[in-house]
Amino acid sequence: MKPVTEVELHAYVDGAVSEGTRAEIDAWLRSHPEDAERLRAYAEQNALLRSLYNPVLDEQVPAALLAVHPRVWRRYTAAAVVFAAGIGLGWMVRGLFITPQIVPVSLARLAATAHSVYSPEVRHPVEVTANEEEHLVRWLSKRLGTTLKAPKLAPLGYELVGGRLLSGPQGPVAHFMYQDGRGQRLTLYVSRQRGDPRDTAFRFSQEDRVSVFYWVDGNFGYALSGEMKREQLLQVAEVVYKQLNP
Amino acid sequence: MDRRLIIEHIPRLRRYARALVGDRYVADDLVQDTLERAWNKFYLWRPGSDLRAWLFTIMHNVFVNQARRRRYEIEQAMDELPAVAVRATQGEQLELQDVDRVLRTLSAEQREVVLLVAVEQLTYEQVSHALDIPIGTVMSRLSRARERMRQLLGGQTVVPLKVVK
Repeated sequence: MKPVTEVELHAYVDGAVSEGTRAEIDAWLRSHPEDAERLRAYAEQNALLRSLYNPVLDEQVPAALLAVHPRVWRRYTAAAVVFAAGIGLGWMVRGLFITPQIVPVSLARLAATAHSVYSPEVRHPVEVTANEEEHLVRWLSKRLGTTLKAPKLAPLGYELVGGRLLSGPQGPVAHFMYQDGRGQRLTLYVSRQRGDPRDTAFRFSQEDRVSVFYWVDGNFGYALSGEMKREQLLQVAEVVYKQLNP
Repeated sequence: MDRRLIIEHIPRLRRYARALVGDRYVADDLVQDTLERAWNKFYLWRPGSDLRAWLFTIMHNVFVNQARRRRYEIEQAMDELPAVAVRATQGEQLELQDVDRVLRTLSAEQREVVLLVAVEQLTYEQVSHALDIPIGTVMSRLSRARERMRQLLGGQTVVPLKVVK
C-alpha cells in the first residue's frame, strides 16, 4: 500500500480529495488505527469550531458596520469636481487656492511635470545614481525628515536609475527614477503633504501623456508617473504601495 | 461598483474576526477597520477575482498590524509554556468552551489557518493567497495546530516542545 501523506490526510478531513484518493485513504485508515483516530479528532475539531462560531452569521450586523462609507467614492467625486474647476480657472489662480482638497490634484500635476522634465534626460536623469543607492536614500530621507525606501521593482523589470532632490510647494521632494530594458522610465515623487493623514485612497490622473497613480499616507504624498497605460502603471503602483506599507 | 458586494460579506468577516480575537467588541473593531480599508482600496480589487479572499487578506493585514501595535496577543512565549490539558468536562456546551480555550492557546498564525480552513472553509490555495504564505507553510501550520488542539482536548500529556536543561 502506498503511504498516504500528511497533506492528503488533512485534505481528507477537509473534503478536498478526489473520490479515488478518498478510497485509498479509507483503505489506509483501516490498517492504521492511530491515523484514523487522529483524523476523527480533527473532523470533530472542525465540527466544534463551526458550531461555536456559525451563530455569529445569524446575529444582526451592527449598524456601525453597515455605515462604513466608501470614502474613495466621496473623494473621487470631490477630486473630480475640484479638478474640473481647476481646468476652468484654477490654473490661473492656483497660487491663491491651495486647500487640502486640491492638494492631491496638485500632487499629480507636480509629479507629472517632474516626470516630463527629468525622464527624457539622457546624460543627467538623476543627481545620484543607483550605484550609490544607500547614500541616495539616506540623503533624501534626511532632507524629507523621514525614513524613505526606494522600492525594489526589478521583479517587474524596472531597475533603479537613481534619484534627485527637488523643491515643491511643501519643501523638499524626493524623486526616484526607474528604467526597464527598453528605456521606458518611471518616476516616484515623494513629498510632504498636508491633509487628512488617514487618507490613503489610491487615485489616478492622466496628465497629458503621463499617467499618474498617487496617494497620501500619513504626512506624505506619493505619486508614481509613467508614459504608459493605466493598467500597466497600476501593476507597478500596487507593488510600490505594498513595499512602502509592508 | 456595487456597495452590496462588500456588505454581503460582513457576516462572515464578523464570524472570522470573532473566532480570531475572541472578544466581540474587539472583533467588530477589527471588522470596521477592515471595511474602511477595503473601501479605500476597492480600487485595487480586480473584478472577477475572489472578493472574499481579498477581504480576508485585508483583515489579516489589519489584524497583524493591530496585534503588533496593541500587543493584545502574547504568543511568542506560547511554545515555552507548560502545555496543560484542559479537558475533563462533560456535555456539549463545556466541550465548546474547551475548544475555544484551546483555540486561544494557539499562536495567532496557527489560529488564522485553522479558522480559515475549518470555519470559513477556504481551500488551501485560498488560505495561502489570503495570508500571503506558501502552501507548504499553510499545511505545516494546519498540521501543528490540529495536533496541538487534539492533544490538549484529548487530555493527553503533551510532550514539551522545548527541552529544558
